[in-house]
Amino acid sequence: MSRPSVTDVMEGKGVRNAGPYLAGARASVPFALATLVLGISFGVLARSLGWGIVAPIVFSVVAFSGSAQFAVAAVLGAGGGAVAAILAAVLLNARFGPMGVAVAPYLRGGPFRRALEGQAVVDASWALASRGGGRFDREFMIGATVPQGVAWIVGTAIGAVGGDFIGDPMRLGLDVIFPAFFLALLAEELRGGRRAVAVALIAAALALALVPFAPPGVPVIAACAAALVGLRRS
Amino acid sequence: MTTLWIAIAAVALASATIKAAGPVLVGGRELPPRAVSVIALLAPALLAALVVTETFGEDRHLVLDERAVGVAVAAVALALRAPVLLAVALAAVTTALVRAFV
Repeated sequence: MSRPSVTDVMEGKGVRNAGPYLAGARASVPFALATLVLGISFGVLARSLGWGIVAPIVFSVVAFSGSAQFAVAAVLGAGGGAVAAILAAVLLNARFGPMGVAVAPYLRGGPFRRALEGQAVVDASWALASRGGGRFDREFMIGATVPQGVAWIVGTAIGAVGGDFIGDPMRLGLDVIFPAFFLALLAEELRGGRRAVAVALIAAALALALVPFAPPGVPVIAACAAALVGLRRS
Repeated sequence: MTTLWIAIAAVALASATIKAAGPVLVGGRELPPRAVSVIALLAPALLAALVVTETFGEDRHLVLDERAVGVAVAAVALALRAPVLLAVALAAVTTALVRAFV
């Protein structure tokens, strides 16, 4: 194997073949832009709660978890305690459990490396890397997570520093980017057959039914039970 | 302020643990066929749940607002075989317009 030339590296043909990672990164750019705006939104919110500038940025670096961080802000902002805030965040992030199980067969190395690669699981990357029928593209997923991570942290910083000058960017309609995108991916999954359609309908019904009664995050987790349809022999 | 830092540390730790759990526990081992077919169906289940909760959910309420209009437009666009990014962009633009003018 010869060493890659500079142009090879530039074009993504590194020793480890960076191509699939770059493809994932490119595919995630629109979502990184939405994540940037969400990050700004989180920074503005944190600022309005008197968290200062450092804490929200550190939070975004170490937790890198939009929905959980918004939940913590909501609970603490409403006067709740640390335990309630942590619990809300854990419930919201519990969905990464089943997502991690789904990608697990495609990750590499020993337990430590797998644990590390599992950190790349975020909603949009996981969904972008789904190849249908339970298959996942590991390199694509990791590549897709990088721009979103950078965007989330940079966005948080912009919001926390800019604060009141920015206002609420959610008015731009960017919050529907994620459900609209998940809908598009769901449509792909549904081509997998009647079973997938049945599972999606059961999951949607379960989630909707639980929204009024369960804390945020729980409906999505409970909806995973719909996948148990797979236990029946086809 | 201490409360905030405790929450930040705990959420970071919990989040990393949850994400690591599946990959470490399932690992690269061969799973029985029935488990594989359940795992394969996790994607449509999770995606469907995310779509409906992010479209109609707000705290513990089901609401019909601008988001539903945007997602409905995306659904129509997808049904007409529009590219994914176009459908997503239409959803965002529609939602913003409805918020601004209705």
